[in-house]
Amino acid sequence: MNRLLIRHGRVVDPAQRLDDGMDVLLVDGAVARLAERIEDSQAQVIDAAGLVVAPGFIDVHVHLREPGFEYKETVATGVAAAVAGGFTAVCCMPNTSPVNDSAAVTEFIAKRAAEAALARVYPIGAVSKGLSGEELAEIGEMVRAGAVAVSDDGKPVHNAYLMRRALEYTQLFGIPVIDHCEEPTLAARGVMHEGAVATRLGLAGIPAAAEEVMVARDVVLAELTGGRVHIAHISTRGALERVREAKARGLQVTCEATPHHLALLDQAVAESEFDPNTKMNPPLRSQEHVTALLDAVLDGTVDCLATDHAPHHADEKALEYDLAPFGVVGLETALPVTYDLLVRRHGLPLKSFVALWSTAPARLLNLPGGTLRPGSAADVTIFNPEARAVVNPERFRSLSRNTPFAGQRLRGWPVMTIVGGRVVWQRERR
Amino acid sequence: MSGERVTRLRGKDLLGIDPLSPGEIQLILDTAVEMREIAQRPIKKVPALRGKTVVNLFMEASTRTRFSFEMAEKRLSADSLSFAAASSSVSKGETLLDTALNLEAMQPDFLVIRHPHAGAPHRLAKVLRSSVINAGDGAHEHPTQALLDALTIRLRRGGLAGQVVAIVGDLQHSRVVRSNVLLLSRMGAKVRVAGPPSLIPVGMAALGCEVYTRMEDAIAGADVVMMLRIQLERQGRMNFPTVREYYDFFALTPERLKLARKDCLVMHPGPMNRGVEIDSRVADGPQSVILEQVTNGVAVRMAVLYLLAGGYGEPTAD
Repeated sequence: MNRLLIRHGRVVDPAQRLDDGMDVLLVDGAVARLAERIEDSQAQVIDAAGLVVAPGFIDVHVHLREPGFEYKETVATGVAAAVAGGFTAVCCMPNTSPVNDSAAVTEFIAKRAAEAALARVYPIGAVSKGLSGEELAEIGEMVRAGAVAVSDDGKPVHNAYLMRRALEYTQLFGIPVIDHCEEPTLAARGVMHEGAVATRLGLAGIPAAAEEVMVARDVVLAELTGGRVHIAHISTRGALERVREAKARGLQVTCEATPHHLALLDQAVAESEFDPNTKMNPPLRSQEHVTALLDAVLDGTVDCLATDHAPHHADEKALEYDLAPFGVVGLETALPVTYDLLVRRHGLPLKSFVALWSTAPARLLNLPGGTLRPGSAADVTIFNPEARAVVNPERFRSLSRNTPFAGQRLRGWPVMTIVGGRVVWQRERR
Repeated sequence: MSGERVTRLRGKDLLGIDPLSPGEIQLILDTAVEMREIAQRPIKKVPALRGKTVVNLFMEASTRTRFSFEMAEKRLSADSLSFAAASSSVSKGETLLDTALNLEAMQPDFLVIRHPHAGAPHRLAKVLRSSVINAGDGAHEHPTQALLDALTIRLRRGGLAGQVVAIVGDLQHSRVVRSNVLLLSRMGAKVRVAGPPSLIPVGMAALGCEVYTRMEDAIAGADVVMMLRIQLERQGRMNFPTVREYYDFFALTPERLKLARKDCLVMHPGPMNRGVEIDSRVADGPQSVILEQVTNGVAVRMAVLYLLAGGYGEPTAD
């Protein structure tokens, strides 16, 4: 019998409308009991005084790079980074090599995750075979093997006919199509947000319209089909307006926002003097869009947060800005970046913060966890809202170091991560 | 320009006009005026940079700028070597960082770099001890071009403040226009830009200029008209229809030049597409100072090298 008693913590569980000083008892991988005071002589006791005890954080958008790009990240290093960032589960995108467009690859990823035995890993299958955008992948087979959604992430589903059929076909399984919304002919060769900063730097811009055109199309197709579309890493004011309208009309349209799109401006490209660690897709936006995104998180238009953790090797990021790959890592900075910004600086209630990282993603993809209701999986994130630290990429568990947050002093860091009632990570004491 | 007289450059590098103060720009131009005199002498060489090594790394085709730098280096007695790579080092499997570190290992004092990608000199400058001079990076900056343009205007007009300068052409892909707008507006000139609306980047005005779409409106009453090369190699066929139609709307012809001030200067950074953005009658006409720009280019580059080497005062004293 495995018994873990978390005492004196501030337990925040939006699913139970709970934000109170409580003890939590975990028995054999499930939440057994929550009460003001629990005594259990056989349990291992964790003192959580001064700490927030929350249902495990879930990141619905990561790239684990295995199979195929193990020099950037592996499933094992990716989940090590996840638990060190306070995440108990991650959903990994299919743009590996080979692409996760078959049950065999889905099963391979699940097997690697089981071997690592840290965070739970839920694979996301490809919409189209080989991400080619031409024919549907065997979605049903992948769902049977454990896939929780489909996406051609990294690229949009450009072909509107294919998107329509995907939104119809996935209704058989009740899973959403996650779309990376970008009209490629408008994005052209852009490497950063199109605007005054890009113009000054002489870098080709990606207009906000490239994202908005595709979001608008997806909303139209969601209405046509009644299917579920989830907009990945939404980043522009216009895209948020489309999602807001879609929700008001009762369509099944959801979206996620990343920490970097909330915390950083396109100006960071100039301030860092062309550091490719500020290059990602969608790009860091201008103030107008960042303000709109922040408002959308605070008013609930944004359903959940997600990192779009995209590891790249240092050699790749040492290239010229135009040539370096898009993407930044995010698992090990997401919690402090968003806590510091949303809760401390913008007054987001702690309950909403936990909902954005746990309750909402669990519901979105119908995953276990997302609550500490007795009987649910004993996945727990414990963090210290007062802890301050400087982001030091040298200490990352991820194989890659491509973060735009290096050197930033942030408040609100994870302390312990529990998956299935087992402590899989805890912060070293200094 | 208020404030005390600047006698040295603050940074070790010249990466663009953007980081320069008006005082620093003034200093470079003043020094360039002195450097111009060296070219008038029978022996066109001073020992100012004797024992210094310059590497000219040109990763994009250039004749004029490279020769101009080499000429400047020789006139200052620096030892220099140039190499041209048809494309970025990445095609050889070497990263920009590797290239930089290999160069650094040879301990040059200066690295003059021309690169097809914006920001490449900035990345190098961060890791190198030697002084990096940006000789043009993508569509970002071309600071020595803007400095030589400013010197040309100043020598002809006695100053930059109050001059109305119209810059016409492909604004989207031009590093020359960016550096020029930054420099001229910073020095008190009034800058107007014009080009096909499909080649005007978003937020152009924020650089410090008025943006026009009709060329005639931009050049009306101007003291200087600067034509930009239409960079056919940098774009597909969707940004404007044809060279023929471009000429109709955006070429500097004798008729259009009449809209400007009578003694308006005609400038072009080269290489010119005769009969595309500029009519030969104008390029070779009495108002053209295009070859003076080339002459001044050597003087400006001498000034930049000299100042970055730590020089101040009389460059010709030994």
